[in-house]
Amino acid sequence: MKIWQKLQDTVAWRSIFRTRLPIKTNLDRSLVIFNSLTMHIHPVKVRELAISFSYTFYLGMISFFLFVILVVTGVLLMLYYQPAIPNAYENMKDLEYVVSNGLFLRNMHRWAAHLMVITAFLHMLRVFYKGAYRPPRQFNWAVGVILLILTLLLSYTGYLLPYDQLAYWAVTVGANIAKYVPVTGEQFRFLLLGGNQIGEYTLVRFYVLHCVILPLALTGLVALHFWRIRKDGGLH
Amino acid sequence: MTVEEKPTHLVEESSDSQETPRRIAVFPQRLPVRFEDQKKPGKLVMTFPNLVIREVICLQLVVIVVALMSLVFDAPLEELANPQHTPNPAKAPWYFLGIQELLHSFPPIVAGVIIPTLAVVGLVVIPYVNINVKREGLWLRDRNRTVIILSAVVILTAGVCVPFHAYSIVIPSLLLYGLAVIPYLFPRDSGWINWLGYRSLSDWIMTWFVVVVTVLTIIGTYFRGPAWSWIWPWK
Ligand code: HEM
Repeated sequence: MKIWQKLQDTVAWRSIFRTRLPIKTNLDRSLVIFNSLTMHIHPVKVRELAISFSYTFYLGMISFFLFVILVVTGVLLMLYYQPAIPNAYENMKDLEYVVSNGLFLRNMHRWAAHLMVITAFLHMLRVFYKGAYRPPRQFNWAVGVILLILTLLLSYTGYLLPYDQLAYWAVTVGANIAKYVPVTGEQFRFLLLGGNQIGEYTLVRFYVLHCVILPLALTGLVALHFWRIRKDGGLH
Repeated sequence: MTVEEKPTHLVEESSDSQETPRRIAVFPQRLPVRFEDQKKPGKLVMTFPNLVIREVICLQLVVIVVALMSLVFDAPLEELANPQHTPNPAKAPWYFLGIQELLHSFPPIVAGVIIPTLAVVGLVVIPYVNINVKREGLWLRDRNRTVIILSAVVILTAGVCVPFHAYSIVIPSLLLYGLAVIPYLFPRDSGWINWLGYRSLSDWIMTWFVVVVTVLTIIGTYFRGPAWSWIWPWK
């Protein structure tokens, strides 16, 4: 224990960690929140009722944690992935047969993605039935709807990346719907696919959307979502 | 104006005038959090550790559940994509199968563009529509008028869907309509019928939306075979 205290007194330690252990008083507990980049998104105190499981079923939190899993496993998958034909497909085979735990990694990414679509939708239902969209939370509800759409788009763009039959035809069905958008439909489809048909450029476009543009957009909006929860007076 | 206008902000300069730059503090007369007066009362607890521990456990459980799923179920992988060889049926990812099921019944511009757009717009405007903010029980006032309008809307919806053979919308709609009018036909002062009677119009519309989306998605996933014909999943 002595060594521990001494260590905490060193200049180096104090320059890195702003909180001193042990945490005993409520002031210490507040400082844990104030002093940390990741914690200070929280208020120092919360309503006891609002953090109970039955109040939110933690569905927003679970959606967020699934997103964290998706980012971590997604970055690892990127190490083994080339957005080209037929490399992309071969990479999937390599993940299965060559890379240690490659299939497990791919499974984690896949199932977390499916679950996130479900939990974000259920989170929306919980907010609705609790009436938690009422003023002043109207705008955060709208942000939420966009988050749900982004979640779907992320899932959809990711679906093409293995470039197997399942991916190709599922994305074909989806992209054909774009054709029916009045006036600009054909052009929009061309822009999305980088051609008239799914091919190399589609793969690159979906790859960039899936790995860069959409995750950044989602991250930014999640930050806005969380910030607004506090500005709107905490949980409903 | 008889009432003296109150300033909305108190501005106070820092007492420490020697220092540059001069600090000015602005205190809004209303508290910084809008609608502070509407805040619900309730016991407050420290975020650390009460909320933080829940978040940590939640993260751990989420990781464990996803890891277990990944051990048991493998992500699908078929043959290399072949534009020459169209599978029958070609299905979108499951979360779009509701739309694909709609495409089977309605013209593409309706099923693929108009209905999804309406759904998104409908969701976004929910908090800006007064009915959804008040959420009064559907049968609280003018019951006869309510039942007439409700029936008319349901008949209209069914009337539009039947010529397109969109029974997967008609049947859930009629079932929910049946539930919604029970408190009108057999009013009770307690029990589940009384509870149903206090559901608001917003509740009914959202529930209808969720039920129809779920039914369409399940049908698209399990009950559609070659050329989008009806199949039984257990056969
Ligand atoms: C990527 C998807 C989303 C994430 C990560 C997310 C995250 C969160 C979190 C962590 C909370 C705190 C309460 C809780 O855990 O339930 C919350 C609250 C909230 N969310 Fe979401 N959310 C998402 C999507 C949505 C959607 C689709 C909607 C609605 C259309 C929505 C509307 C709201 C509202 C209005 C609140 C405040 C609720 C209250 O005050 O009780 N969010 N969100």
